[in-house]
Amino acid sequence: MSRLTIKTQSAAQATVEELYKDLERRIVASPPGLCPVDMASAFLKLCHAQTCGKCVPCRVGLGQLSAMLEDVLDGNATLTTIDRIERTARVIADTADCAIGASAADMVLKGVKGFRDDYEEHILHGKCLAAINQPVPCMSLCPAHVDIPGYIALVHEGRWADAVRLIRKDNPFPVACALVCEHPCEARCRRNMIDASLNIRGMKLAAVDKAGPVPVPENAPSTGKRVAIIGGGPSGLSAAYYLQLMGHQTTVYEMHKHLGGMLYYGIPSYRLPRARLDEDINAILSTGVEVRLDCKIGDGEGMTSIAQIRSEYDAVYISIGAHTGKYAGLPGEDVRGVISAVEMLGTLADGGTVDLKDKRVCVIGGGNVAMDVTRSAIRLGAKTVKVIYRRRRDDMTALQEEVDAAAAEGAEIVELHAPVRIETDAEENVTGLTVSPKIIGAVKGGRPAPADSDEPDYTIPCDAVIIAIGQGIETRHFESEGIPIKRGVIEAADWSAVSSAMGVFAGGDCVTGPATAIRAIAAGKVAAANIDEYLGFHHSISVDVEIPAPRIKDDPAYGRVNVKERPVDERRTDWEAVECPLTDKEICQESGRCLRCDHFGYGVFKGGRELKW
Amino acid sequence: MVNIKINNTPLQVKEGTTIMQAAEDAGFRIPHLCYLPGINEIAACRVCVVEVKGVKRLVPSCDNMVAEGMEIFTNSPRVRDARRTNVQLILSQHDCLCATCIRSGNCSLQTIANDLGIVTDDYARVLEKNNWPQDFPLIRDASKCIKCMRCIQICDKVQNLHIWDVTKTGSRTTVGVSLNRDIKETGCSLCSQCVTHCPVGALHERDDRQKLLAMCGALSDPEKITVVQVAPAVRTAWGEQLGLTREEATPERLAAAIKALGFDYVFDTNFGADLTIMEEGSEFIERFTHRDRYAWPMFTSCCPGWVRYLKGQHPEMVDQLSTAKSPHQMQGTCTKTYFAQKMGIDPKKIFNISIMPCVAKKSEADIPSINDSGCEKDVDMVLTTRELVRMIRADHINVRNLQERPFDSPFGSGTGAAVIFGVTGGVMEAALRSAYFLLTGQNADPDAFQNVRGMGGWKEAEFKILGERVKIAVASGLGNTEKLIQALKRGEVSYDFVEIMACPGGCVGGGGQPIHDGEELASLRGDNLYFLDRKNSLRFSHENPEVQMAYREYYGKPLSERSHHELHTDHHAWKMPGER
Repeated sequence: MSRLTIKTQSAAQATVEELYKDLERRIVASPPGLCPVDMASAFLKLCHAQTCGKCVPCRVGLGQLSAMLEDVLDGNATLTTIDRIERTARVIADTADCAIGASAADMVLKGVKGFRDDYEEHILHGKCLAAINQPVPCMSLCPAHVDIPGYIALVHEGRWADAVRLIRKDNPFPVACALVCEHPCEARCRRNMIDASLNIRGMKLAAVDKAGPVPVPENAPSTGKRVAIIGGGPSGLSAAYYLQLMGHQTTVYEMHKHLGGMLYYGIPSYRLPRARLDEDINAILSTGVEVRLDCKIGDGEGMTSIAQIRSEYDAVYISIGAHTGKYAGLPGEDVRGVISAVEMLGTLADGGTVDLKDKRVCVIGGGNVAMDVTRSAIRLGAKTVKVIYRRRRDDMTALQEEVDAAAAEGAEIVELHAPVRIETDAEENVTGLTVSPKIIGAVKGGRPAPADSDEPDYTIPCDAVIIAIGQGIETRHFESEGIPIKRGVIEAADWSAVSSAMGVFAGGDCVTGPATAIRAIAAGKVAAANIDEYLGFHHSISVDVEIPAPRIKDDPAYGRVNVKERPVDERRTDWEAVECPLTDKEICQESGRCLRCDHFGYGVFKGGRELKW
Repeated sequence: MVNIKINNTPLQVKEGTTIMQAAEDAGFRIPHLCYLPGINEIAACRVCVVEVKGVKRLVPSCDNMVAEGMEIFTNSPRVRDARRTNVQLILSQHDCLCATCIRSGNCSLQTIANDLGIVTDDYARVLEKNNWPQDFPLIRDASKCIKCMRCIQICDKVQNLHIWDVTKTGSRTTVGVSLNRDIKETGCSLCSQCVTHCPVGALHERDDRQKLLAMCGALSDPEKITVVQVAPAVRTAWGEQLGLTREEATPERLAAAIKALGFDYVFDTNFGADLTIMEEGSEFIERFTHRDRYAWPMFTSCCPGWVRYLKGQHPEMVDQLSTAKSPHQMQGTCTKTYFAQKMGIDPKKIFNISIMPCVAKKSEADIPSINDSGCEKDVDMVLTTRELVRMIRADHINVRNLQERPFDSPFGSGTGAAVIFGVTGGVMEAALRSAYFLLTGQNADPDAFQNVRGMGGWKEAEFKILGERVKIAVASGLGNTEKLIQALKRGEVSYDFVEIMACPGGCVGGGGQPIHDGEELASLRGDNLYFLDRKNSLRFSHENPEVQMAYREYYGKPLSERSHHELHTDHHAWKMPGER
């Protein structure tokens, strides 16, 4: 008789563990637009299966909740059912002995509050507010709705130039996006149900790397209309590109010396080499865009005012981006040795330099821009770079791979430390950054917030501080000219029009606040379509690329091919691109993983593909 | 060409052919349910799956193409099992009370289930609840819907009205009225192409027979004089599901069959069609000779699906519709005024029944402002061709043995111009034949305007009459119609006179016609109408002796005061949902 035994997993339990993993991946791949009540009901069933069965509210109550939710969905409920659901859930939350019951009841309560309209629609009208409008997950999650399954199929066939042409139908920055897009398209890839999301950005990178220069389509016959674009970033240049294709003459006013906006001035060249960005910009300019560089819009000496532009052009698109660096309001911020991320990256982009050689640098912030300045500081020869962040490393808003890359290149991530003040010597040189240690605390608004640690503040000795906590928009001139500003951004409708100014449209970072390149590109596309309508035309943008028919194939599980980076020791000392191209074998295998949701499932029925816009 | 094998038979097949088509051509028929060529190729029912050697999963044959070296098995054990199971799954959500189903005997699901020999229920039957206004002319029975999505696709792709959509999500996904509206709130044209393309009994017309046949119905009431009129397109389709060949199913046999049902008078809507040409043709000439007083082009008004569409989608163009009533409404009014007076009958005793290839006519007859006879309604009831066929079957009338007889006088004669009203281009051709005469005093060759014929969705032609150019267009199908209207609005085209029919091919392809799943019979039925036109000794509406008599005895002349009051209507006097 043994007193203790070593437990081994039964075959059944091992299978269930596998199923948990399958389900996790499946939830990731949940398509947008499902009925929230139906999903709540399905989740509840899982919660109920998890009950240990000891306590009444959890063992019985969750089942009763489940039945009532089914009644709602089947049209067998009245409005009092909602009250009963709420009451029951509240009691379960109050009286369940452990989290299994209490948190399940909380989910129901959250739903009753969060989508009460959906409950009521089912009860009162027997209908559902949810609708699957755009069923191809990647396309629907791409702000510009690029035909992703289409170009993946073209990549698979080695039709690189056609892939680029297809992408350009919706996004004239295929190269820039291949290198730096945050790829929201990959988030809910259906491939997650089998193994992992497709490396969509990697496939785009393959297309642009292999295609070489691809000529742009011909412009429609000239309409004689002229459109001014204020700001030559991704949004402005996208609008200019499509407006040119539609036959309108655009002029881009750019305050910097170079086009590209934040793609040029905000993203370091090791992520987006200048020559690569120029591939996109040159293609856009080849449509005949007129460009005025170094030309600031405003009412100052030698500047052009918005009023003047409005009088000279048939329509105006404002896409000035968010180019002023925000400061944290710390004591000592105004001294030499303290610089905003925007200022630093801008200086570097224009060919200048920031002297960080052999210096100890502190970077304040946890977003992608913070990682950009961190990795740039390393390349400028900084002795040490510490990233000071109030929350935990996991809470950073920067892409995980960016944080990992910065750390790999030698940056130290100082998590759970809030900056307090910048210490200086008598000559106002930075000597250190005083920080307050934090502990991670309660979840607020879905994110754990930092809380006081009761540990004393201390000073991290350093010679330079880079502040990367966000960007603002230079709105003063536009506001004085009657363009509405709300909460620091230009107010424009979801179709880009500025309501109080006829013929004026706005989009990109200056409307949304600092966001991603692909969102700015999408805004430019929307603006182009609506400016065309405003000018009295109905041009459509299409492309005559025939997309390969899906092949009959089985889809065994495969690992995801990731883009590799150059060795750390080599890349941290230069400004060359850090990413390595994929091999032909990798491209073929990875593109072959695409499930072609444009065809299989709902795609073949509705909304799989927009041939033109 | 690619080399494939189907069920071990080596074949050479053209690239781009679907597996289903290749199999069909080789004599291996693969059963299918949701597939509708060119319209609904979404592989939803999974009944048409086949086994392809080397591929793990079964492959739907409707939307996959043959490829070099493919070896296909259409009846392997796995395929048999899958086909049977999937049909059983569909049946588990289908109200299988076939005995009382309107489509029993003409139901693709029933046929497949029977063919597969499915005689047991392996799954619990769970039916969707039905919640549909039973007084609407178009009825949807949720408990019969198999979610093949054809109705959505027809309405989106062919008719451009987007009335249907997928509603709800997950396991409760179903078909419903788009944007969560009630059907009565929508701009549904009632063309009922969704009905004629439904493979089962989920969509059908409101069946009004019992209101007629019941003991309290008009046919049982000895006081009532029941008057039937039959639209042109009915005569070319009525025999299809009564076992008659096209040669046997003559208009005269149709008249005899209806008479055998016990109606007092059987009139021909061709009279109303010729009358319509006199009014509408004269109206066109009036507008044409006073061009600056009117917006252009003038539109025909005989298709109520089209009128509903225009009012719902482009209400600002309603003044461009001819004010002439549709033929059966003209004839309905005429029956209760001129005919009643001529026969010395109290018009309130007359019960008018129109047999139409159309469901929209049911709503047209219910428009309050369409009635001008002084009775409650001018047309009391509209039955579709399908309802007529059901009545004939219910009475077990042996139509083949019936003695052919003419339609009753005084609305029994129609010209060849009238009979082609039932096919796209026919109204225009008939109008041009008479307009030419009214302008020149001479008849043109009756076939002079034949280039408006054919199944094209949007046809154009130009004719010279007295040196004046007349530009006309003809469209059928509301998707084609929308393209035409957009082109008009953009100034890309301009016409004088435009004929629109809501259903592709015109009334011959109407939403009230007999249903043949997978077949489009509009063209064949249209040929029959052109045959009837050709063999008619009278081919001009103005030569219809009964129409001439009606003008002599009652209306005076086209566009007279009386015809203005009784044969024309105000399209603004009623509103479509959303129309201001």
